[in-house]
Amino acid sequence: MTVFLNIVIGIFEEGLMYALLALGMYISYSVLDFPDLSVDGTFPLGAVLTGVLILNGVDPWLCLVISFAAGMLAGMLTGIMNVKLGIIPLLCGIIMYTAMLSVNLVLIKTGTDGMAIASFFTKNTIFNSSLAALIPKNIGGFALRTVIISFLIVIVCKILLDLYFKTKSGLLLRATGDNERYTTMLGKNPGTVKIFGLMLGNGFAALAGSVIAQNKGSADQQMGTGMVVLGLASVIIGISLFKRVRFMEGTTMVILGSLIYKASYQIVLTLGIPTEWNNFVKAAIFLIALVLGGKQAGELFKKLFKKNKKNSDREGKNALTE
Amino acid sequence: MLSLNNIQKVFNAGTVDENKLFTDFNLTVNDSEFVAIVGSNGSGKTTLLNMVCGTSRPDSGSIIFNGRDITALPEYKRAKRIGRVLQDPKMGTCASLTILENLALADNKNKRYGLSRAVNNKRRDYYRTLLETCNMGLENRLGVPAGSLSGGQRQALALIIATMTDIDLLILDEHTAALDPKSSETLMEITRRVVEEKKYTTLMVTHNLRFAVNYGTRLLMMHEGNAVMDISGEEKKKLVVDDILGKFNEISIECGN
Repeated sequence: MTVFLNIVIGIFEEGLMYALLALGMYISYSVLDFPDLSVDGTFPLGAVLTGVLILNGVDPWLCLVISFAAGMLAGMLTGIMNVKLGIIPLLCGIIMYTAMLSVNLVLIKTGTDGMAIASFFTKNTIFNSSLAALIPKNIGGFALRTVIISFLIVIVCKILLDLYFKTKSGLLLRATGDNERYTTMLGKNPGTVKIFGLMLGNGFAALAGSVIAQNKGSADQQMGTGMVVLGLASVIIGISLFKRVRFMEGTTMVILGSLIYKASYQIVLTLGIPTEWNNFVKAAIFLIALVLGGKQAGELFKKLFKKNKKNSDREGKNALTE
Repeated sequence: MLSLNNIQKVFNAGTVDENKLFTDFNLTVNDSEFVAIVGSNGSGKTTLLNMVCGTSRPDSGSIIFNGRDITALPEYKRAKRIGRVLQDPKMGTCASLTILENLALADNKNKRYGLSRAVNNKRRDYYRTLLETCNMGLENRLGVPAGSLSGGQRQALALIIATMTDIDLLILDEHTAALDPKSSETLMEITRRVVEEKKYTTLMVTHNLRFAVNYGTRLLMMHEGNAVMDISGEEKKKLVVDDILGKFNEISIECGN
């Protein structure tokens, strides 16, 4: 039982941390309708930057802010490539990602005197200093500190994002993703709005990188591999599963999507698949999510859902008559 | 006042499909004039509107609007003083935003889109009175996503949005073409009322000759990049469909329609 609960805690830890990435990809992919591959580069940017900064004695909480800002800068470049130079979104992402491979490596090398990995196991992170020290390490025999901190960060981000989407600027961002023409007719440059949206999205990706690196105690370029797949899978799982739930915010959907993704990944791993197949499993889950989230399966889902609904309605009536 | 001077526009220049649409086109539209534009396919009606709005640029010539040369001004900057309703009902509103959110966005046009709350509840009653004028029951559906409205309702909403803030020019690009006859009639009535009330300078492209004759203060018939008919004033008031039908058939047959 304890083993099982520890696995569940592990799922929540990782699912919540990666939910930050999912929030970022939700902005670029879902709100803005921009398939942004550059997160494979901006996620490790946040991680590497955090590693280097912590090694140089910078406050771990401040690292989150700096990572977010660095991610925004990278997102701005992706946006400028698309908007000002007219390069299609997929290629912008690939160019950005390729360039970031070098940038991240240079960051580590200069920050660690020539190493390829920034290790800071012994240093203070957001999970073992200041605010974290207020939370007991063990609650009822379980190590819940990491989950609690991740949860707090995700909730703060979610609330801020929800509030932002209700502002004039946020509404204009949603409108631009929906119908660029509309933004133009409002006398605003849709390109500028798009660039800002990509800045936000990549800011969150870098923030996720920072948080995850701080949990791991180390950071390297490799961390970025497969982040697009992971983030998109979370977004698609969340939105396709919960889109019929009224009044649920998109942000809530993708956070749940991230948890479900991590859970299903964990379930597959516990079946005893060798670790070299990990990325294959990720790809497979993404494929399944895409198919299930697609139109055909969406219709299938709808039918299943309706049937269930009818049944439950009937049951409800029976319960009433009984 | 809007004037287009010596406009030249060539499509697919240098290829076998080269099409010299406008060679030396001139048009002056006075303030508060409501111009209905008809014409055969490919006659340059929509290109004309696109050049005025900045969606496409003329190869040479100038466009003067309110005494300012706007030929090189990007579309979104021109849009500050122009309201526009397009043929496709999907284009004038945001499907995933509610009616209320659509109106709130439009209400803020030409102001800063900052971090203050987008929907101002004090404006709700104002939005309701605006929507009531279309008689479509939209005033009770503020919380509904615009995407779930019918084509006619969406176009009416798009028209309200386009005319919500202070503009100098209203552009209607076949805005009734995608609607059923009944909805088109309703939308044209709403259009007439708005234009008369606010005295907008208006350019309306339509395929419906009856609309062109019954509405507006001036009628322009386009053919191969030229205005082959330009009727205004008293003559326009007395105009009936039969007066222009002959000419219209002539140019349409020429194009093989």
